[in-house]
Amino acid sequence: MSETTTPETPASDAAVPQRRVSGVAIRLDGVTKHYPGQDRPAVDDVDLEIPAGETVMFVGPSGCGKTTLLKMLNRLIEPSGGRIHLDGEDVTDQDPDKLRRRIGYVIQAGGLFPHMTVATNIGLVPRMLGWDKPRTATRVDELLDLVGLDPAVYRDRYPRELSGGQQQRVGVARALAADPPVLLMDEPFGAVDPVTRLRLQDELLRIQEELGKTIVFVTHDFDEAVKLGDRIVVFDIGARVVQYDTPDAILASPAEEYVADFVGAGATLKQLTLTRVGDVELEQVTTAAVGTDAAAAVAAARAAGQDFVVVLDERGRPISWPTLAELGRATTVPATVDPRLPVVGVRSTLNDALDTMLAASQGGVVVTGRREALAGVLKVEAVMAAIRRSRAEVAG
Amino acid sequence: MTLSTETPQRGAPESATRRADTASDGADRAGWRALATQPLLVLAGLLAFAVWRVNATLTETEARQLGWAALWRSTREHLLLTVTAAVIVLALAVPLGIALTRAPLRRMSPLVIGVANTGQAAPAIGLFVLLATWLGFGFGTTVVALVLYAALPVLRNTMVGLQGVDPRLVEAGRGMGMSAAAVLFRVELPLAVPVVLSGVRTALVLLVGTATLATFINGGGLGVLINTGITLSLDSLLVSGAVLVALLALAVDWLGRVVEHVARPKGL
Repeated sequence: MSETTTPETPASDAAVPQRRVSGVAIRLDGVTKHYPGQDRPAVDDVDLEIPAGETVMFVGPSGCGKTTLLKMLNRLIEPSGGRIHLDGEDVTDQDPDKLRRRIGYVIQAGGLFPHMTVATNIGLVPRMLGWDKPRTATRVDELLDLVGLDPAVYRDRYPRELSGGQQQRVGVARALAADPPVLLMDEPFGAVDPVTRLRLQDELLRIQEELGKTIVFVTHDFDEAVKLGDRIVVFDIGARVVQYDTPDAILASPAEEYVADFVGAGATLKQLTLTRVGDVELEQVTTAAVGTDAAAAVAAARAAGQDFVVVLDERGRPISWPTLAELGRATTVPATVDPRLPVVGVRSTLNDALDTMLAASQGGVVVTGRREALAGVLKVEAVMAAIRRSRAEVAG
Repeated sequence: MTLSTETPQRGAPESATRRADTASDGADRAGWRALATQPLLVLAGLLAFAVWRVNATLTETEARQLGWAALWRSTREHLLLTVTAAVIVLALAVPLGIALTRAPLRRMSPLVIGVANTGQAAPAIGLFVLLATWLGFGFGTTVVALVLYAALPVLRNTMVGLQGVDPRLVEAGRGMGMSAAAVLFRVELPLAVPVVLSGVRTALVLLVGTATLATFINGGGLGVLINTGITLSLDSLLVSGAVLVALLALAVDWLGRVVEHVARPKGL
């Protein structure tokens, strides 16, 4: 599979929107779902165009039909009317089992099969598609690596031996196993704690950056929609499309009072959720590789006028940020991993960065790009400046 | 900005997983220890019976019935009845249970469960005699009666086991492109195995006990000892038959537990 072997680009380039697109477009024509015995259709005549390689978020109140609509895309629910096109091809009457093998599906808590190991879970679809064992095994390791789990450690574990966040990662890996162009996600991060959810969201953004799938994502959390979505569809009862636009546009001019209510009152501060860490200028800092001469690193940082050094492991990932005094006590740069090192991805929002700083009681966060490589450091002052700018813009 | 002195794994909040390898090893050992006591009890019981049998002074009738060859024949008949009925029960009740949990037949399940309930609620001896007047005496009729009597636990546990599988897992399976059959065989049945097998074990124990009634319709088995003992007021026969049936039931129950323990899917 090619997407995980794309040449590594420098981390600082990760924020540049030159994404590879492996997804395909989805088009809905008058899709309707009418359950027998109900007066109003659950999904009423929906037309929707989802562009290739974009993440489209379905938001709306519970019972509005957004999940029903999602499940009609892979025909877990058969539409009672209308057509569904995938990559220009009408798939409404295609064999659903074959169709579903081209569409990844992620549900809450990953939906992993508890009696199968992580590797078996991930390898299910490839095996169904007739891949041989070595090819499947290679793919499994690749995917575990992609979602940030060490294959050697996690390959042979059973789901109950994983935390909720890890299960969810495996769920994403399983959905990506056969490299499907489309990924459907049904409130995948609904059951994990806020800190883990934030990490998983960052991870998804990073993966999507690399893969460029077409993702349809159902959530009831508008902040999540703003953070993850290239576009957002706001639904009302009967899956009526109230507004379909980019997050900026929806926040700036809600189409109806209904949307304004849904978006919430703090819309000026919500702009914080729109600004990515990668959009503000990051501070470049002195780095030191594990095992190199500590005194040289201290000298380099002093020369640059900085009072700390970011230590990188052998894969270029930040593991700690000792002060010069701390580092001066060692002869070589130590391999110690700081568990409280605040880290966010370049695609994280300023909101996330601020949250992370507060949670760690630190005045800044380390920012990572592709493959968790260092992209720079974001200080709290830079976040405050961005808030002031956005408030000034809104006021002006 | 501090340099930590600890060396925990990266991503500490998420790596706090249960050390399930060691935990499940421990549970496994405890499980086997619990399993080991039952056969010891059965062996002790058998030994006690053999000692008594060798040393007891028996009348001619008793000696004929309690001869080693006769005992072995009765026990074999009893086991044959049990095993034949059990195989038929498995072959009928498990597929029926599966069918009744599939969408097209799901509405029928209360009806079938009701019928099966009645089958088990009817007194076993009545069932035996009624069937015998209809089908005649002998091995075949006994097996039919036993099957009717023991089908319920297997049927019900198959259905309960399948219904107990998290519907989201079924949906996840279908959602990733597994066919309905693939989901059944690779997800639903493996996860239902513990419940189904416990139903099978219940049925087996029921069968061993109920097969003693076979003697009344000429079906043979250890019931012959008990029946002769009662009619001729020979306590030694009566008690021997009862003890042997009890030991057989315990042994069968133990075998069932071993199978359950071995067949339990890993990772649960």
